[in-house]
Amino acid sequence: MTPDQLRSSVLQALTEIAPEAEAETIDPRRDLRLQLDLDSMDFLNFVLALHKSLGVEIPEADYRKVATLDGCVAYLGAKLPVS
Amino acid sequence: MVQFVMPKLGADMTRGKLVEWCRKPGQSIKRGDIIAVIETDKANVDTESFVDGVFETVLVEPHDEWLPVGTPLAVIRTEGEAPPEGAAKPQPPAAAPASPPAPPAMPPIAPVQVAETTMERLKISPAARKRVLDLGIDPTGLAGTGPGGRITLEDVEGFAARPAALTPVEALDRAKRMRDAIAATMALSKREIPHYYLAATVSMAKALSWLERRNTERAVTERPLHGVLLIKATALALREVPELNGFWRNNRAEPSRAIHVGIAISLRGGGLVAPAIHDADQCDLDELMRRLQDLTKRARAGSLRSSEMTDPTITITSLGERGVDSVFGIIYPPQLALVGFGKPVERPWVVDGRVVAQPVVSATLSGDHRATDGHRGALLLDAIDRLLQEPEKL
Repeated sequence: MTPDQLRSSVLQALTEIAPEAEAETIDPRRDLRLQLDLDSMDFLNFVLALHKSLGVEIPEADYRKVATLDGCVAYLGAKLPVS
Repeated sequence: MVQFVMPKLGADMTRGKLVEWCRKPGQSIKRGDIIAVIETDKANVDTESFVDGVFETVLVEPHDEWLPVGTPLAVIRTEGEAPPEGAAKPQPPAAAPASPPAPPAMPPIAPVQVAETTMERLKISPAARKRVLDLGIDPTGLAGTGPGGRITLEDVEGFAARPAALTPVEALDRAKRMRDAIAATMALSKREIPHYYLAATVSMAKALSWLERRNTERAVTERPLHGVLLIKATALALREVPELNGFWRNNRAEPSRAIHVGIAISLRGGGLVAPAIHDADQCDLDELMRRLQDLTKRARAGSLRSSEMTDPTITITSLGERGVDSVFGIIYPPQLALVGFGKPVERPWVVDGRVVAQPVVSATLSGDHRATDGHRGALLLDAIDRLLQEPEKL
């Protein structure tokens, strides 16, 4: 998977939880929870959506690493074979 | 014969729209079966039958008009009653009336809880059947795509995930109506209920580290949030202090033996609902987590059941997510109390005479002073604190 494909998978998972979110307005370095007003249930659903679409298991201790768009793409890139 | 009238699904409801009938005249129904979808200012509510019987006559067809609470909508022949003379076949339903029809002389009955669906006659796979029961949806509206029109698990998932497609104008209108409904209920509460407020700071060190250890070994699909511990502790504490659980009706407190915890869920785009997790004191943590997840999802999709709207015996609100230390809530009438939790934060805390950094949470209680005094309220917060110090027993 290329980083761009990963990014679009992450955005897809985000829009499932926050349908009003627009990909181009997301600041890739800011905490998604603050930007998109995600509560812990929303964030859990985000992690679940990533697990479902990419098969990546994210332990609770790593939640802060996937809290920004850039961080999340980098984290997933390290866990998945990147082409 | 009893009438099925426009139900009052919460203190803030004065009117509703009949969106759809889920049963046809002549069909038998069981208590708890979903018979109609009613639109309120807050959600489209799957409204359950309050009796066993036969869905006899439709008095009002679904139409896009607000009907006052109490408007007769249909007639149900209760179990054991003979069909009415000269009514071998159900009468054709009248067209949507411009004004509510005059109520026949029958006692209107408000719907009450219970949820079990009859699926014997439906072609449905066992996995789909289980999912239907888990989700609490009405399977009669499902189109099957399996062999011979059999309803598959995928059909159920697809149906459950159907988006509430609203145009921008409709969304704005709904937001306005939601605001009006909240305004009316909260004003009523502050006008009529003499609130008293209590607060206690509770150490979360044991609860959070226990939960973290437990979740480390678990897949992402089965990790309860810390809020589930707070819900369970509150539900168990209410067994010890039952005076705070129930309703204020007819100028007196009516405590409830069942503990149905309403969860305040904020909606994206504004507003909130507080539907019930039934018998929360009897659920283990995993079951509570599943129910909380399902309830949150359906509340945000605008699809709740009537029993979830009418049954809460207490409400829990948690603004902790947003970095608020504590919340002093307004009681949702006719309930007797509301419990609030803030955000777990690290604070200096004294343990065995030494100051250590520990996560703590602020627990608050808003109580109805007509029903209880601060002393009772203090006992509840004390019990919540004690229960959270032994998380493995929750």
